[in-house]
Amino acid sequence: MTAKTTKFVQGNEACVEGALYAGLDFFAGYPITPSTEIMELLARRLPANGGKFIQMEDEIASMCAVIGASLTGRKVLTATSGPGFSLKQEALGFAVMAEIPCVIVNVQRGGPSTGNPTHVAQGDVNQARWGTHGDHAIVALTASNHQDVFAMTVEAFNIAETYRTPVILLLDEVVGHMRERLTVPEAGAIPLVERLRTSVRKGVDYHPYLPRDDGRLPMSDFGGVHRYNVTGLFHDMWGFPSDNPGVVHGLIRHLMDKIENNAHRLAHYKTYHLQDAETVLISYGSAARSALHVTENLRARGERIGLMELQTLWPFPAEQVARECGHAKQVVVVEMNTGHMCQMVRAALGPPARVFLANRMDGVLITPTDIKAHLRLIAGRGV
Amino acid sequence: MSVQDYIRERFFPHIWCPGCGHGTVLNNLVRAVETLGLDKNEIVMVSGIGCSSRIAGYLDFHTLHTLHGRALAFATGVKLSRPELNVIVPMGDGDALAIGGNHFIHAARRNINITAIVMNNRIYGMTGGQFSPLSGEATTATTAPFGTIDPDFDTVALATAAGASYVARTTTYHVQEIRKRIAEAIVHPGFAVVEVMSQCPTYFGRKNKQGDAVEMLRRYKEGTVPLDKQPADPEKIPRGVFVQRERPEYCKRYEHLVQAAMTDGAALT
Repeated sequence: MTAKTTKFVQGNEACVEGALYAGLDFFAGYPITPSTEIMELLARRLPANGGKFIQMEDEIASMCAVIGASLTGRKVLTATSGPGFSLKQEALGFAVMAEIPCVIVNVQRGGPSTGNPTHVAQGDVNQARWGTHGDHAIVALTASNHQDVFAMTVEAFNIAETYRTPVILLLDEVVGHMRERLTVPEAGAIPLVERLRTSVRKGVDYHPYLPRDDGRLPMSDFGGVHRYNVTGLFHDMWGFPSDNPGVVHGLIRHLMDKIENNAHRLAHYKTYHLQDAETVLISYGSAARSALHVTENLRARGERIGLMELQTLWPFPAEQVARECGHAKQVVVVEMNTGHMCQMVRAALGPPARVFLANRMDGVLITPTDIKAHLRLIAGRGV
Repeated sequence: MSVQDYIRERFFPHIWCPGCGHGTVLNNLVRAVETLGLDKNEIVMVSGIGCSSRIAGYLDFHTLHTLHGRALAFATGVKLSRPELNVIVPMGDGDALAIGGNHFIHAARRNINITAIVMNNRIYGMTGGQFSPLSGEATTATTAPFGTIDPDFDTVALATAAGASYVARTTTYHVQEIRKRIAEAIVHPGFAVVEVMSQCPTYFGRKNKQGDAVEMLRRYKEGTVPLDKQPADPEKIPRGVFVQRERPEYCKRYEHLVQAAMTDGAALT
């Protein structure tokens, strides 16, 4: 993996390449369509690299196992899709509460329930935000092409290790299964983050849950010289359970602030032709491929249209959306759900902004023709 | 070292009720570790949710207090990641065999080198006295006011059938046995299960008219019998080591797999 290589791969494989590039050395998972290729590839690649791979008895166990492994100092990943993502939510909340770095890939398929296993959807966007119970912050990234899947996977690990948080990578069936070119950069081309480890020496009192001024918590690996308690209960600076209102409030604030206060650092997006755009499309994932096609196509005909492609969905980049779309006459959110991001865009822009939803949620990738039909309707030109 | 050296006194007093058997398990767990002369830095204790799970926080090891039923799944991640660590998993009966039943049988199937201690008080204590899959038929609980119609699991038979390579049972009356069995389980190179019958006078005892803690301990003394004496006393619950067998251990097998994968590695990329 030292030299630059170019491959023709599935999106799921691009994700695997990104994870290995980022230093993944522990994977636990359970087979589920359409994410299974990630697990199959890692079953070969991880042992060959001296890493650890385990197929667990269920989705819940997979999430738990990666958290346990992360505490021993490994970079960890699990991959799943809708039903499995639902099952992982409780343990995902544990990782939020106990501040355990981990990456969870959800290659989205149609839901609810068993839904539409082999077809595309983007219906888990709000679940990624609020799937686990209780107030919390979360990071969710997405990508529309394989080069970006690779880059966002590396970024997911970097964010997880920087902020000691679970990071959700929301891919979708089209991106996961589609094949296109991927160039894996040479080692060192993309900076990698290693988690902060405590410099407190053996025998000196180490406070595992006492944040530094910048909100970061230096870790000590399980098996090392500092023995401490990790719990899903609200806890004090020693990691010991507490229901003291001050401790509870302080911890909730810390968990929210460490993500929300860094939203500007976490906001990844791409812009196309926004400078003078009267119509701005906002899209992400495989839907953004069609949105980009429409943008380039209508621009060539002289229409003032642009695209903002979101790569960070959570924390929602509200400031960036307001900045990029502030002068647009109309904003059209293109996504394959009932309007998860559209809702956020409306809130970010506020009245009197004209924000429309162009969606499709029947298991078929939204096409440029679909988007153009929505644009004609919005313009009052009929279908 | 003394017992105090293994305890986080900062976190005391503990939450257990007067007369609870779990303190006896904690005491003998610590003594087992001391007997074996293990380094505290090499012990990871992973627990789930319930009265039993609090045992982890009180001990000066690397301790991970997780989700209800999931302790063995977290522990599997720790152990596979760092096989050189001793991983001990104390669980309650509901924790291990109701919500955690799937993880229990699969950890046993893999024969991963983890020590599972099932502290069986036949009741959900933390939530106030509901029946568990180890309560047994005709037990009274808050969720079984007319008596349970649910048959119980036999922990020993279940662990044995699922593949555990060390399986033992004892009670909180037999304190020397607890220490000995836990020490044997820790040393055993595979998935080891020690069921410790542990009294809950607050809920199980009171709901089922079994008297106070002393009376419940007397029942353990009189109602159980060493395994080899059981044929003469078939009505009593047998105690002892039921299984001690050699089976390939999971992390060891994984090491071999890595060697094979590295040898063939070029062909696999």
